[in-house]
Amino acid sequence: MSSGDVSRALRRVAHEILERNKGSEDLVVLGIPTRGVALAHRLVEVMAEVEGRDVPSGALDITMHRDDLRRNPIRAIEHTVIPAPGIDDKTVVLVDDVLFSGRTVRAAMDALSELGRPRAVRLAVLVDRGHRDLPIRADYVGKNLPTSRSERVRVCLAEHDGLDEVRISGGDR
Amino acid sequence: VKRHLLSMNDCDRQDILTILDTAETMHDVQRREVKKLPTLRGRTVVNMFFEDSTRTRSSFEIAGKWLSADVINISGKGSSTSKGESLRDTVRTVAAMGVDGFVIRHNASGAAQQVSEWVDAVVINAGDGLHEHPTQALLDAYSMRRRLGDLEGLQIAMVGDLTHSRVFRSNLICLKTLGAKVTVVAPPTLMPAGVDTWARTEGFETSYDLDAVLPTMDAVMMLRVQRERMSGGFFPTEREYTVGYGLTRERLRALQKHTVICHPGPMNRGLEIAADAADAAQSLVLDQVSAGVAVRMSVLYHLFAGEGSLS
Repeated sequence: MSSGDVSRALRRVAHEILERNKGSEDLVVLGIPTRGVALAHRLVEVMAEVEGRDVPSGALDITMHRDDLRRNPIRAIEHTVIPAPGIDDKTVVLVDDVLFSGRTVRAAMDALSELGRPRAVRLAVLVDRGHRDLPIRADYVGKNLPTSRSERVRVCLAEHDGLDEVRISGGDR
Repeated sequence: VKRHLLSMNDCDRQDILTILDTAETMHDVQRREVKKLPTLRGRTVVNMFFEDSTRTRSSFEIAGKWLSADVINISGKGSSTSKGESLRDTVRTVAAMGVDGFVIRHNASGAAQQVSEWVDAVVINAGDGLHEHPTQALLDAYSMRRRLGDLEGLQIAMVGDLTHSRVFRSNLICLKTLGAKVTVVAPPTLMPAGVDTWARTEGFETSYDLDAVLPTMDAVMMLRVQRERMSGGFFPTEREYTVGYGLTRERLRALQKHTVICHPGPMNRGLEIAADAADAAQSLVLDQVSAGVAVRMSVLYHLFAGEGSLS
């Protein structure tokens, strides 16, 4: 995906979220670090443009809820930032860059339950690459990217990597 | 971060900063309604305290519980050590039950190091004799950093009973590693033997005149006069100690506006620190206690969450 593809996909996702939610009422957008946070900010910017009002956004670190902590070296913990009104009785949209096994999202849902009780939780991802390990599905998808398990999907964003780009590398082909 | 935390020498600058940064996020958790994280589920940590302690033991216990570890407390009194069992047999007995870690406080210097050689579990030193108390140094650094920002280049004084203070030894290493300029102040009888050589090689200042030191400091750390370790003769009377080395109301006025006051507790009010100083807006005493839980959560996370040795 080129930089244009990324920004078009994000605009579409932002519109879809607003359409499904019937506006930006009671909406909270939470990005999952690292790249999900940048994506959440961009979605909220588009929504503010469309709706003319700010949508609360933040970050949700899921490191402490991962199920693979013991298998890997220690990870640094990112900050969790929950916007002031909290998430109780709100519709929370979780944002991540790539949806793969679904384990990150499971951890995110656990982390959310400790912070409050949202009315509903939705999932928005830039790329859905398939190969789920868990019964989890995204509500909003920037692009479905058929991949093989051995391939790597790399998402670059201007905030972190200097440019917007999604590329597939490696694999058996 | 190494496998055990026995001494502040086990941590380089990056390790310390990582632990402090993680503690910041743990501090956020402390303010939540639901404080429990599932991170250390299924891990068992044994608190073994062979010396009296309120804040260290309870904050390690709370830290472990908030991370969902199973925490067991064993104290010297009421365990088999009071029947004459050796430390080695006691820890090996408990280790044989399959615990993942020990938090040890003991009145013998080097006890934690010894225990780490006897068992396979992770060992955290929660104070060993006159040697070290690394988590206290980390939480002091954390509290000061929150109030003052980066500690690099800051002037920090440690005042009081240096000879008997493990807090002093750990703090000295920690603060030097973080780049602070340390001055130690004590009556000649409570200066550690050979401090001049030590000061030269490690690069810190020594002084016997508190009034000369105070006005230029960014932080002043008062150490407790450890009555239980003093068999007399270190200073003539308590009154005389206060006059020479106590943080009195008059000395409080000599501090700069931004200077913070630390005390690892428990405080002897009126002896090494006046009530006015302990309760002043500049005092970090209560911040230090609340930081204790966050910092110990961070330490437990870094030592127990991953598999074996770390980056």
